Amino acid sequence: MPVALEIVSPERLLLSRDVDMVVVPGTDGDLGILPGHAMLVTSLRGGLVDIYEGNRVTDRFFVTGGFAEVTESRCSVLADEIIRQADIDVSEAQAKLLEAKAAFDAADVHDADAYREASDKLISAQAMVDSATV
Amino acid sequence: MPSLKILRNRINSVKSTQKITSAMKMVAAAKLRRAQAQAEASRPYAVRMAEMLSALAASEAGNPNGHKLLVGNGKSQTHLLVAVTADRGLAGAFNANIAKQVRQKAAALQAEGKSVKIFALGRKGNDALRRDMGSQIVGAKNFVGKKVVTFADAEEVAQEVIRGFRAGEYDVVTLVFNRFHSVMTQKPFEQPLIPAAAPTANDNKVEHNYEVEPDDGTLLDRLLPRNLAVQIYAALLENAAGFYAAQMTAMDSATRNAGQMIKRLTLDYNRARQANITKELIEIISGAEAV
Repeated sequence: MPVALEIVSPERLLLSRDVDMVVVPGTDGDLGILPGHAMLVTSLRGGLVDIYEGNRVTDRFFVTGGFAEVTESRCSVLADEIIRQADIDVSEAQAKLLEAKAAFDAADVHDADAYREASDKLISAQAMVDSATV
Repeated sequence: MPSLKILRNRINSVKSTQKITSAMKMVAAAKLRRAQAQAEASRPYAVRMAEMLSALAASEAGNPNGHKLLVGNGKSQTHLLVAVTADRGLAGAFNANIAKQVRQKAAALQAEGKSVKIFALGRKGNDALRRDMGSQIVGAKNFVGKKVVTFADAEEVAQEVIRGFRAGEYDVVTLVFNRFHSVMTQKPFEQPLIPAAAPTANDNKVEHNYEVEPDDGTLLDRLLPRNLAVQIYAALLENAAGFYAAQMTAMDSATRNAGQMIKRLTLDYNRARQANITKELIEIISGAEAV
């Protein structure tokens, strides 16, 4: 029994097909979603979504963040921004990382929301640079 | 009766107007298709987001200490109306309807003793509302020169709205935009943004049976601002589609009116021409008889 995977970004439906397993980067750690997974809602950190078909990775996407909703037979990834791992531009990613670092350093530690946002962005930018060379 | 030359000039001028309006109609039709496709493409995300949110919100609703963006901050003194209009005109009453709706809503709220602030999204709404409600406009943004609105645009607006809400500048936020019913009809529609229009507690008593990571509060912290941006994005797309539909309809009737006018002017022109010929004939015949 496959998992019906659906990857959507706010602007379009990117992918909708049946896969054997999908690994998503949850905020609290990577999650491997197999058929029959417990119902789950999680937020995502920046990282790679790996799609497994027949024991090997057939597709890798980088998400900057977002959410995933899992039911027994279905997995929906709601990505903030999404790009194929192969299409990541390393220099662009590094520029983003520098920008995020500067924003993080400038963020007000006492403003919890702004601070969390800046740290999310930094983690995501770091993950993008790392993912480019995986 | 005007002279032949004047009639000829008028016919030509109406004809060139008709050419412009029929070209604009064709352009609007093509853009409408693109706008509709874009709106269609954004739907899966919005649907999933709404599903997820209603599952989580059911347990939060009715809890006065719930997330601020979800249940509001407990006050309703100052209202923010986000008026979504197009950046261009020549679309019938499309933009005027929104301005009218905002004025009515503002008047009704003020009669209740509340204060009203306005965020004008789109150039035409800003122009129309600035005249009589200029002091109440707290922010404005337009997308002049942009071919399509992107999600990033909507997110910027959402962040601006949330920032003001957190700073306590207003307590309730409502989005006013033209809902796309069909190519012929677009109706102004009010959608509450803060507090969010989520299912109420008695609507859905059952606890959702999702496991939640990291936890309900943290997830809602991320989900709710995102959801606000999604709703604004959807409204912007619907506004774009509605605008092109309204423009298409307006230009279609303008083309038809120009056609009627040309018909009438041509009739006048032919009458004047025949009257001239008859007059000349009478002159020739009476001249011949006199000889």
